[in-house]
Amino acid sequence: MRFGVVVFPGSNCHQDCFYVIENVLNQPVEYIWHKSRDLDSFDCIILPGGFSYGDYLRTGAIAKFSPIMRQISHFAQRGGLVIGICNGFQILLEVRLLPGAMLKNKNLHFICKYVYVKTKNNKTPFTNLYRKNEILKMPIAHNEGNYYIDRDGLKKLKKNRQIVFSYCSQDGDVNKKSNPNGALANIAGIINKKGNVLGMMPHPERSSEEILGSKNGFLIFKSIAKWLRHRKNI
Amino acid sequence: MLKAEIYITLKKTISDPQGLTIKHALESLGYKGLQEVRIGKLVTIRLNTGDKKEAKKQVDEMCQKLLANPIIENYSFKIEEVK
Amino acid sequence: MIKSKVYKNLGLKEEEYQKILDILQREPSPTELAMFSVEWSEHCGYPRSRNWLKLLPREGKYKTLIGEDSGGIIVDGLAIIFKMESHNHPSQIEPREGASTGVGGIIRDIFTTGARPIASLNSLRFGSLAEPYNRYLLRGVVDGIQFYGNCLGVPTIGGEIYFDESYNGNCLVNAMSIGIAERDKLAQAQATGSGNSIMYVGSSTGKDGIGGCSILASHEFKEGEEKRPAVQIGDPFTEKCLIEATLETLATGYVVGIKDMGAAGLTCSTSEMASAGNSGMEIDLAHVPRREANMEPWEVMMSESQERMLVCVKKGKEKEIEQIFSKWDLNAVVIGKVTDDGIVRIKDKGKIVAEINAHSLTQAPVYDMPYKKPNYLAHLNKLDINKITGPKDYNEVLLKLLGSASICSKTWVYEQYDHMVQTNTVILPGSDAAVIRLKGRDKAIAATTDCNSRYCYLNSYRGAQIAVAEAARNLVCSGAQAAAVTDCLNFGNPEKQDRFWQFKSCVEGIADACKFFNIPVVSGNVSFYNESPKGAIYPTPTIGMIGVINDIKRVCTQYFKKENEIIILLGLSKEELGGSEYLKVVHGLIKGDAPELDLCLEEAVQKTASEAIKKGLVSSAHDCSEGGLAVALAECCISNKENMIGAVIDDLRFDIRKDAVIFGESQSRIILSCSKKSVSKIRDIARKFAAPFQIIGRTGGRYLKISDGKNVLINLPIKRMFDKWTNSLQLLITA
Repeated sequence: MRFGVVVFPGSNCHQDCFYVIENVLNQPVEYIWHKSRDLDSFDCIILPGGFSYGDYLRTGAIAKFSPIMRQISHFAQRGGLVIGICNGFQILLEVRLLPGAMLKNKNLHFICKYVYVKTKNNKTPFTNLYRKNEILKMPIAHNEGNYYIDRDGLKKLKKNRQIVFSYCSQDGDVNKKSNPNGALANIAGIINKKGNVLGMMPHPERSSEEILGSKNGFLIFKSIAKWLRHRKNI
Repeated sequence: MLKAEIYITLKKTISDPQGLTIKHALESLGYKGLQEVRIGKLVTIRLNTGDKKEAKKQVDEMCQKLLANPIIENYSFKIEEVK
Repeated sequence: MIKSKVYKNLGLKEEEYQKILDILQREPSPTELAMFSVEWSEHCGYPRSRNWLKLLPREGKYKTLIGEDSGGIIVDGLAIIFKMESHNHPSQIEPREGASTGVGGIIRDIFTTGARPIASLNSLRFGSLAEPYNRYLLRGVVDGIQFYGNCLGVPTIGGEIYFDESYNGNCLVNAMSIGIAERDKLAQAQATGSGNSIMYVGSSTGKDGIGGCSILASHEFKEGEEKRPAVQIGDPFTEKCLIEATLETLATGYVVGIKDMGAAGLTCSTSEMASAGNSGMEIDLAHVPRREANMEPWEVMMSESQERMLVCVKKGKEKEIEQIFSKWDLNAVVIGKVTDDGIVRIKDKGKIVAEINAHSLTQAPVYDMPYKKPNYLAHLNKLDINKITGPKDYNEVLLKLLGSASICSKTWVYEQYDHMVQTNTVILPGSDAAVIRLKGRDKAIAATTDCNSRYCYLNSYRGAQIAVAEAARNLVCSGAQAAAVTDCLNFGNPEKQDRFWQFKSCVEGIADACKFFNIPVVSGNVSFYNESPKGAIYPTPTIGMIGVINDIKRVCTQYFKKENEIIILLGLSKEELGGSEYLKVVHGLIKGDAPELDLCLEEAVQKTASEAIKKGLVSSAHDCSEGGLAVALAECCISNKENMIGAVIDDLRFDIRKDAVIFGESQSRIILSCSKKSVSKIRDIARKFAAPFQIIGRTGGRYLKISDGKNVLINLPIKRMFDKWTNSLQLLITA
């Protein structure tokens, strides 16, 4: 299996993702420059955090038009796995691979801290090693993580079990107090209907080693590896 | 030459915490009776053309493609003659 | 004939102008005059401070690297490069842009050496938050730092914030950055090899920041608003691209030298690169990418547009360099070449506009500044401790201190900084020192910034020594050994004798303390003229210190870990209250002498804590600083919000005033917690180093309880302390 980590000029978490795949998951991984057009050899594409093209207009707005994003859309249509973390999630929303949009955090500040999320759907390629409703400690670090979608959209997300992670308290309460950024329905991560494109605001690559304070995010990468291994056998 | 001024604002249905913060600040300075304050973006573009109709078409396209996100934002613009 | 008003406006003195005439043997052109004015300014040439800076030790346990723009140490073949720099004056005028360009500038100083920036810290000082403008400054500065640092992907892992009236009208923004590089991959800031090309890379040049360094940084503040045009605007996205392009370029081996265009942009970079390489340089300004029309040659030379660098490239390799920069959508243009005549020759469309010997530009005149001990000290240092009445309610005092702006939790600030990107931050902000791992090695580095400027105001020499000692103590508490220092020396007008006395006393204090601990000062920065119409700031020699942790498994944090552990106090509590936060916040007094500092005692305490941590005997370690023992104990209880643990302190010795035991700020004290079976081993270590050792209580429960044997002095729920400590800053800001 091969992982690819997309690099936009303003990406700043690509090395962190690369490190986890190579050194913790011990799987082959390559960087993919945003101007490249060939994704044929990859099984999973990671859109990392950062500020893609500076994000001065709107997060992810310019990334939408990069050559790589057109390829990623095709890649996703063919069933390839795509995970967008933080800015990667914002870009997936802009290109409409995932529904909804991001608003500024409710407190108008950048927020970097550990939060807790609840695994609402563990039947995805990205979460199959978690227990249902498992509480995970992972950091967030963003300015625009206040997820928004209209009422019909939210209904659909719920109906199709597309909400994968919800912000919660240490004890698992999903409520206003445990919502760090104002996200609608405490949404921290969603998946597309087809189930192969995940977007999430928390950083699993920052919580994949005990020494950094949490290893709760690592099972996302391990789940992907398990799922890919399984698929290849079939 | 033509100049386009494009205003991008959050949709009415979406709460605007920046606007709210500024409303509070204005009220604390003693300005009473503020119905609502909303914040948006202003983009100005100078176009090397005199064809207003064509410019309008182009700018509208720019807004839809890049400048505004229709899920959360509205836009409006005006185009005027400049030297 | 150049009128005296012109050069005086540029910050040059009569005798400096005479010297320029002697060097050139003719009248300078406007461009030449501008170039001299910036190169000889305090910001670039250090004419007033250089003599004293020679006192600072440059050697220590690790091999040092001392460069013009930054310095570092070599640890296991790895160069750790770091520096702290001030951006006070621009931040006072326009806090967001001032702070963000401060961060951008210091990070450029790091990566132009070939080192990848891995962490930033910052030391900030503002006037009282009761003033709306100071709240605006704090918000703006924090916003600028988060905007720039977060976008770059360099974690902001630590720092400090103090509030004091002396910074009304002149805030301090000291930014520090750390980078790492393989030792043999380091680049030089020089131009050598006649015929090699000089390339301009990065953003285009505009009129922003013109005169920023010479005029802004060399005059006291009077009418701030008028100076707005001199503030530069930062673009972190471009800088991010510049970091990657530069490191990629340096890896080619085609780069002879490289330098940031920081203060005074092209002037500094051309003359200093030529001078460092004992070369000359010829450039034509017509080739300089610009984003504004109608710029005079001197404006192009003085512009402080951000995110630009000058690179000396091996002849014939220009295309390769250009390709790398164009990949990142950045300019890379040949603007001239290296010559062998030692002259910096600036042309504008072929016409010479400046022609100056490089050395004569970079060797600023050195002044022996007169100094005099300030008269106010005699009165200030007098404190009759018997006239201070002890508190009736110790609980109330502790809560007041935990809520004071300088002591309370800075969560509101550091949660706006991305402090985890790069996935190296092992100890997050909020403990004594931040710790970052070095991927692929067992070692880690710890970093801290420290300075209690009130101590320096009351006793400049000792206050500076305390800053060094406390920084080292913070590092020890995180499990590190102090390795090297960068200093950012913020003072008032050096032409006033009492201010200069503060400066020279602080430098002496730093020098002596660093020599004692065998810690070299590898880089630094001097910022004078920090004054408002009301007077000078407190002398503020900020110490940025790096420590090395040999075994990353042995890092330590300040908060209690388990119930029923033993709490130990290393060091001595003396009957001193001078300069304490308690005296200021509770009694409204800024008086007395700074706390005593016995360097031998300090060393004994640090060595004890260090060895106990290394042997894995210790659960937590925290140094006692502002607010004294009570605040330190409270912090041990509440600074891990997910696992707060109370404490019962019933074995403290009370042979001096009670308020001095509890709130006094005696130096050289560390609080440890450990399991019962480790106690005797720690006692043995303390005995070996002759460090005072005292078991004062145990952890556990939901209260912090301190009693003197007869009476309970403090009895507070940890939740109540936590709320006060955590919420105060935000309440003060939104007041």
